[in-house]
Amino acid sequence: MSKTKSETRKVTIKAFRFNAETDYLPYYKHYEMEVGKDELVLDLMNKIKWEHDGSFSYRRSCRHGICGACAIKVNGKAVLACKQNAIELLDMFDNDITLEPQSKKRAVKDMIIDKNDFWDKHATVKPFVEAVVEPRPEKETNMSIEQFDKFLDSDLCIQCGACHYSCPVLEVNEDFFGPAAFVAAYRFSIDPRDDAGVERLEMVGEMGQGVWDCVKCFECAEACPKDINPIEKITKLHNMQFEQGLARSNVATRHAEGFVRSIRKHGLLDEADIVTYSEGYLGMHKHIKTAMKMLKAGKIHFTDTLPFVDNMPKSKNLEEIQKLIDISMTNKL
Amino acid sequence: MSKLHYALYTGCTAKESTPELLSSTLAVAKKLGIEITILEEASCCGASHLQDFDEFLAHVLNARNICYAEKLGLPMITICNTCQLNSAMTKRALDNDPELKAKVNKKLASVGLKYNGTSEIKHFLFALIDDYGLENIKEKVVTPLSHLNIAPFYGCHNIRPSELHNKDNAYTPTSLDQLIESLEGNPVNYTHKNKCCGFHVELQATHTSELLAGNAMVDAIDNNADIMVTPCPLCHLKMDTYQDNLGKVMGRDVELPVLHMPQMVALSLGCNEDEIGLKFHVQKAKQLYTK
Repeated sequence: MSKTKSETRKVTIKAFRFNAETDYLPYYKHYEMEVGKDELVLDLMNKIKWEHDGSFSYRRSCRHGICGACAIKVNGKAVLACKQNAIELLDMFDNDITLEPQSKKRAVKDMIIDKNDFWDKHATVKPFVEAVVEPRPEKETNMSIEQFDKFLDSDLCIQCGACHYSCPVLEVNEDFFGPAAFVAAYRFSIDPRDDAGVERLEMVGEMGQGVWDCVKCFECAEACPKDINPIEKITKLHNMQFEQGLARSNVATRHAEGFVRSIRKHGLLDEADIVTYSEGYLGMHKHIKTAMKMLKAGKIHFTDTLPFVDNMPKSKNLEEIQKLIDISMTNKL
Repeated sequence: MSKLHYALYTGCTAKESTPELLSSTLAVAKKLGIEITILEEASCCGASHLQDFDEFLAHVLNARNICYAEKLGLPMITICNTCQLNSAMTKRALDNDPELKAKVNKKLASVGLKYNGTSEIKHFLFALIDDYGLENIKEKVVTPLSHLNIAPFYGCHNIRPSELHNKDNAYTPTSLDQLIESLEGNPVNYTHKNKCCGFHVELQATHTSELLAGNAMVDAIDNNADIMVTPCPLCHLKMDTYQDNLGKVMGRDVELPVLHMPQMVALSLGCNEDEIGLKFHVQKAKQLYTK
């Protein structure tokens, strides 16, 4: 195979174009160009601007994957333009790629978006160490390796917004903090110098805006260009609420804790019980219509709802499961 | 090909509200000559909720499930995306963290078990594609699905995080499309095929959950889907059971039969109606029995 063949590729790149001041609707323009094997998405954007249309607008600054300014989406995949190899993307999407802003509805001009929602949420979780310190401390605060390891790389976040604008919850619930704010909440709450952990955990424990509204889709883990794995921190924030006794009893916390109750009894999850236990008997009215449909289809049975009737299948060697729960469980609701 | 043999981790749903998932899985395996040993000892995987309450306990219980596959000396297969994710996450955590593995094994020792990390864990979808082979499945098709436009709904937990699954690209997954093609069905291309169904917040954030499922269903319908198919029973429950609610949230009719991946395969292999179990669906799909 000739070496040059794999080194450059002639392609047509599509780009989202929009100017909030003059355009009623966005549109897409096509740009033909040669793409070399070491070129980045940022190089493609530069080519559009320098060789095709000087009005093409995007944010860029450090070119070293540290300022987070050039985050965009390519075919729906969040990328940091200065880090993402272009050929890799062309391979992934069959030489057909479209450059778009992180959030089309927030577009101001081409790739540039209004990122205020991101910054507002980020600022709300107190993304700083809050502590009372002596004006002239006698010594430095040392951090042990064990303490440092607990950060789980959350301190590497560059606030690029890749996870935030990939999160499907934010698309339908604008109160939701989103993965980047949760990473910041975790990063500072785990910091041994910080005193605002309880306040942050209460904030992110609030229904509607907090971690309990996370749908566990792992889009944030997939999107993060710094491999921070935001959903891992979201799980930790859930755990910390129980560990620190801050979890209030509500439908979401009972739903998490209710699994233990079910598994202890049957090994398996009792699907009817987890709904009743999480919602409480008064909350069950919401589910009556669905339950009737499931009953009719034979998905659930009338006897499932009767107390003292146990027709749940059981795991074999259930006593092992019960013993393991007794000796391994660390948290309480 | 030497006979394939797997330890099947059924998950809870297949033993409770979606019995059709278990019966169709076993029927497909029988038709293809795949041997299945059900892990009757297995417990719930925690479904990503137990993990929120007590991550360590979830690791212990998942490790115990895997132990039973290891004792049989078999690879473990799952038929639920969330079981797949949680089992695979525990496996990765223990295989990469000797300290955690020792901690978990200390607990397991009290019930006479030991986690070694010797069993592979894969979704039945990939057992069919990678081990059995699409070409071989194609040969067994008796009722081609060429009359159906089938919308593949991948479900998050079998594609993300992609470095864990290492099978499909999370942005352009093709496995389910390929399976549909091998049964001669017409895969529907639509934006939401790799998106979230919202199942996991059904109780605590109902509106979010319904909007996510509704958007996906409507996208499939508008791209001319006759049916939707998913490898995840939780996606199935969300999409099949709640169509009335989704219709209300979306402000339009949302009606689409949603099949489990093994049901679709069972249909094309000529399994019987009891095995396929379409009667257990809320959105009736019985018309699919008659071509």
